[in-house]
Amino acid sequence: MSGTPKRLDVDGLLTDPATSIIVCCGSGGVGKTTVAAALALRAAEQGRDVVVLTIDPARRLAQSLGLTELDNNPREVEGVQGAGRLFAMMLDMQRTFDEIVENHADPERIEQILQNPFYQSLSAGFSGTQEYMAMEKLGQLRRTGEETGSWDLIIVDTPPSRSALDFLDAPNRLGSFLDGKLIKVLMAPAKAGGGFALKVLASGFSIATMALNKLLGSGLLHDVQTFVGALESMFGGFRQRAEETYQLLQAEGTAFLVVAAPEPDALREAAYFTERLAAENMPLAGLILNRVHPVTVPELSAEKALAAAEELDADSADPRLAAGLLRLHAERVRLAARERRLAERFTASQPGVAVAEIPAQSGDIHDLDGLRLAGDLLAG
Amino acid sequence: MSRPWPPECRLHIVTGKGGTGKTTAAAALALALAEGGGRVLLVEVEGRQGIAQLFDTAPLPYEERSIAIAPGGGEVFALAIDPEQALLEYLDMFYKLGRAGKALKRFGAIDFATTVAPGMRDVLLTGKACEAVRRTAADRPGAAFAYDAVVMDAPPTGRITRFLNVNTEVAGLARVGPVKNQAEAVMRVLTSPQTAVHLTTVLEDMPVQETLDGVEELRAAGLPVGAILVNMVRTAHLTIGKRAAVSTAAEKRVAALLRPYGIDTDETHALAVLGREHAERLTLEEVERRALDGAGQPVVELPQIGGGIDLGGLYELAAALSAAAAIGEAA
Ligand SMILES: Nc1ncnc2c1ncn2[C@@H]1O[C@H](COP(=O)(O)OP(=O)(O)O)[C@@H](O)[C@H]1O
Ligand SMILES: Nc1ncnc2c1ncn2[C@@H]1O[C@H](COP(=O)(O)OP(=O)(O)O)[C@@H](O)[C@H]1O
Ligand SMILES: [Mg+2]
Ligand SMILES: [Mg+2]
Repeated sequence: MSGTPKRLDVDGLLTDPATSIIVCCGSGGVGKTTVAAALALRAAEQGRDVVVLTIDPARRLAQSLGLTELDNNPREVEGVQGAGRLFAMMLDMQRTFDEIVENHADPERIEQILQNPFYQSLSAGFSGTQEYMAMEKLGQLRRTGEETGSWDLIIVDTPPSRSALDFLDAPNRLGSFLDGKLIKVLMAPAKAGGGFALKVLASGFSIATMALNKLLGSGLLHDVQTFVGALESMFGGFRQRAEETYQLLQAEGTAFLVVAAPEPDALREAAYFTERLAAENMPLAGLILNRVHPVTVPELSAEKALAAAEELDADSADPRLAAGLLRLHAERVRLAARERRLAERFTASQPGVAVAEIPAQSGDIHDLDGLRLAGDLLAG
Repeated sequence: MSRPWPPECRLHIVTGKGGTGKTTAAAALALALAEGGGRVLLVEVEGRQGIAQLFDTAPLPYEERSIAIAPGGGEVFALAIDPEQALLEYLDMFYKLGRAGKALKRFGAIDFATTVAPGMRDVLLTGKACEAVRRTAADRPGAAFAYDAVVMDAPPTGRITRFLNVNTEVAGLARVGPVKNQAEAVMRVLTSPQTAVHLTTVLEDMPVQETLDGVEELRAAGLPVGAILVNMVRTAHLTIGKRAAVSTAAEKRVAALLRPYGIDTDETHALAVLGREHAERLTLEEVERRALDGAGQPVVELPQIGGGIDLGGLYELAAALSAAAAIGEAA
């Protein structure tokens, strides 16, 4: 059948020593964190030394990974059954941002930046901050891995944004903000001279300044200026590191996995993401279809099951159990058919993308056993 | 059951964990509130064009447009609030800034205000919604307001308190001036009984946990929590008594009943496994329901619509919401 996709060779990907970074992306709530953790555990149990960067893991999953303290550093996970080691960490966005300031700003300015209301507002709420910080942490994990040899495979989960694309766009968005005219003009007083062009800008700027002062009070502009001035020493480094991490994502040894649920929104995002990765020369390893609902009695059609259930309803010998099971099956057949159609539509528009599936479990996946089972199911 | 929201409520803010049905529930609620002749404005604030997608129309401009007719008459208008446009409109309306407004735009100050200082962006978005709530009716004889209600498809639970708590957010940035005054005016509406913040969830551990945390946070910020909207509730195919009954003995009896339909014992076994999984899920859902009840807010359940949401599905959800409101009214 033309709609049948290539099977994703999960174990091949995990055990290939050339694989050094795996990025799990997809829209929010599809199971990215679960998949990232399940892959990491499987890789470790097959002998790799792995670190998994999770973002917003479910509380119980975090507990079973030993992530009870938010210290923004990887900790070794106990209970791995195999030759490899597994480290896990949970991203603390605010901490990561503060660490950048602490490590890269002029020492005498660190406090000034951390206390500035604009810094506080920006670090907590700039759209894309979390995505950017995930990138930053990935770069750090890579350097730590090279220095200490603690891991040679990094598996990254991505933030629970609505759109899978946010992850790729964040560094650019931050960059274009930092390159913005306003920032340039605001920084101009801090720079000597400034040049003619800036002076012309600055005269128009004073009109804007007056308007802003009128609206917001003059204290505000002063805060912005202090903030921008204080950050200036870090800006270059900021952008440079974002670019380096971006290149890391294009490098040999990096593999992207797009995670999706068999639902229209998630698959639409997955398709956008697939196209975007191709455009950016970023290597897509495959699609992971999570929470699919398999049909267990393929010979029994939904119609036949429902007809039988109707008859049994009239039969007083049936304590309703048989009819209930038949209705359950009929519902499952319809759901599975819908999921199949959606998956086939994806495969038709994105031919050549390899696929692996994880069936929906009746409960959450919140411990190592659950992750191990998910890994087994993924590897097929 | 208690009333899902106070009768004087005119601003309904719908939040929830991403993907649990905020947009869908907000649209259904707008239809329910417009039912029988009302006029309701449905607004979105995240630039996602989720409303247009849901109603299968072209992307919404920054303009209030009629988007659906409610059951029994009544009309739903929709608006995608864009922070930049809202800022320009605001500047124009109150300050006649003209040249300075253009200068602000040219210098990216608008971009700056709307992206870098999220508190500023939020006060513009909530400010626009509050403006629509307070707007008086010039063209509606007998009605006090232009809209009977405004429903907002709001940011997710993780960000909602910060988003609505504009006063605190802006206070650190603008200490004096009209923006600060605006923030205070918005806050007065948001903390009054005119407003209710509803939270959508599904019966799973993570979203329920997030909902409970969200309720706590909203309360701590003095924001009025409305109903918990439990979405995508699936039909239970086994009654409570039968859930535990998918035993080996029961499986034998079922096998005997199903044999005449050409279903063999292996197949019956597969059906029984499906039944056990279903029972397990229903049990877990019961646990989540109890946890939600513990929040002490009214809970409204919305059914799972098979095959995806279309206008018919929205009407079905709207009917569930109207029924809950009517029961609450009678109680
Ligand atoms: N295949 C599955 N079957 C059952 N539950 C699952 C499955 N995959 C994920 N979950 C559950 O769904 C919830 C969300 O998963 P998570 O991995 O945190 O999503 P994301 O990181 O994409 O937001 C978790 O509670 C998780 O246990
Ligand atoms: N009651 C329901 N029954 C079936 N599908 C639903 C229901 N509510 C929402 N959905 C579907 O779930 C997905 C997410 O819903 P949406 O309203 O977009 O969530 P959010 O705005 O919270 O991200 C959409 O595909 C929507 O059609
Ligand atoms: Mg996650
Ligand atoms: Mg939405």
